[in-house]
Amino acid sequence: MATLRDIKRRIKSVQSTKQITKAMEMVAAAKLRKATQRALEARPYANGMIEVLGALSSSAAAQAHPLFQRREVKKKALIVVSSDRGLCGAYNSNLMRATEMYLKAQTVPVTLYVVGRKSAEYNTRRKREIAGRFTELPANADFGTAQGIARQAMDDFLEGRVDEVDLIYTHFISTANRKVLTETFLPISGEAVKGAAPQKSRDFILEPSPEQIFEALLPRYANTRIYVAIAEAYASEHSARMIAMGSATKNAGEMINTLTLTRNRLRQAAITKELAEIVGGADALA
Amino acid sequence: MASLFKLTIHTPESTVLSEDVISVTAPGAEGYLGVLAHHAPLITSLTPGKLSIRKADGQMDEYAVSGGFLEVADNHATLLADSCEHTASIDVARAHEAERRARQRLHSRESAVNVARAEAALKRAVNRQRLGDGKGK
Repeated sequence: MATLRDIKRRIKSVQSTKQITKAMEMVAAAKLRKATQRALEARPYANGMIEVLGALSSSAAAQAHPLFQRREVKKKALIVVSSDRGLCGAYNSNLMRATEMYLKAQTVPVTLYVVGRKSAEYNTRRKREIAGRFTELPANADFGTAQGIARQAMDDFLEGRVDEVDLIYTHFISTANRKVLTETFLPISGEAVKGAAPQKSRDFILEPSPEQIFEALLPRYANTRIYVAIAEAYASEHSARMIAMGSATKNAGEMINTLTLTRNRLRQAAITKELAEIVGGADALA
Repeated sequence: MASLFKLTIHTPESTVLSEDVISVTAPGAEGYLGVLAHHAPLITSLTPGKLSIRKADGQMDEYAVSGGFLEVADNHATLLADSCEHTASIDVARAHEAERRARQRLHSRESAVNVARAEAALKRAVNRQRLGDGKGK
């Protein structure tokens, strides 16, 4: 049986937890606004990129570009975009579950590029092969950061160390809704690009030459995809955290209510008991 | 009244501009090129340089572009820029710093790929300085 003092102590501790979760919720909400804006603003650029790529991808030069080359897959790489911090509900565990599923389905060895401390820790613990580690990304991870990751993946792909690169990240749908996506990053698939772009069947004047445009376009396209994935993942992380912390705050509130009720009941019982003793004592004297 | 066409400028970080304009002069890979309304469909890559826009009210606006693409189709020009800054808002000190870093990297002589990257970075930095100082006009 908990004593009155135990319960009082408990209430105090839950209260301070509630304060922390409340603060975290508000911080996440503030960051979410910025993150969402960034994720949304990256989309028009990415779409424009896909459009240009779609308009060009049927040309012969496109099909010959090394980043388009499909090879026999002997080794794969996987980019996992997670967060640096925890306390964001099932955000990272959903991501890890998708990673596990992906890895289980593979018949060839897979090496990992981990983005975010959570997936780095998780996969290190399981002694997986990690080719690249990108943790503690700045909150305003800019295009340059994405470039570093994309560049390493492209170098590994072009130099034949891996034959396919896939990408797992959390797509931001709305504050209450996000989805873990697994996509093929390299080789760039002409069909996927064509499917995504509205077909404009016209003859573009290409300057300088299709080959040169491709040379400039494809690396940028790859960078953009990583950048968008990071921006989306970041927005998802904060929305997940905001919701997780919101419900934690609510639960703490409920817990405080129940504990307060118990405390009051115990106190009342103690008072009644004391009164009964006094009355009993007085009776004995009389 | 000159006829107008729609110009949209996207960078990875934001949409810089989306409005009707009279003309655009952009630093194409094979030299500066001008685009007016009803231009033929065109895709070109851009080099670091000055982007001049004549707005609907006849005002000229200048931006520093650091490379990207220009797509023109259906009287709609889409400029996908790596970065695009209004000349008035360029941080010249930062551009100088970037130039210094790029030169340092060029002198340190690493692999061939890095030299190409450093050269590109140098070009971007010099371009921003030039336009930021107002000498580009």
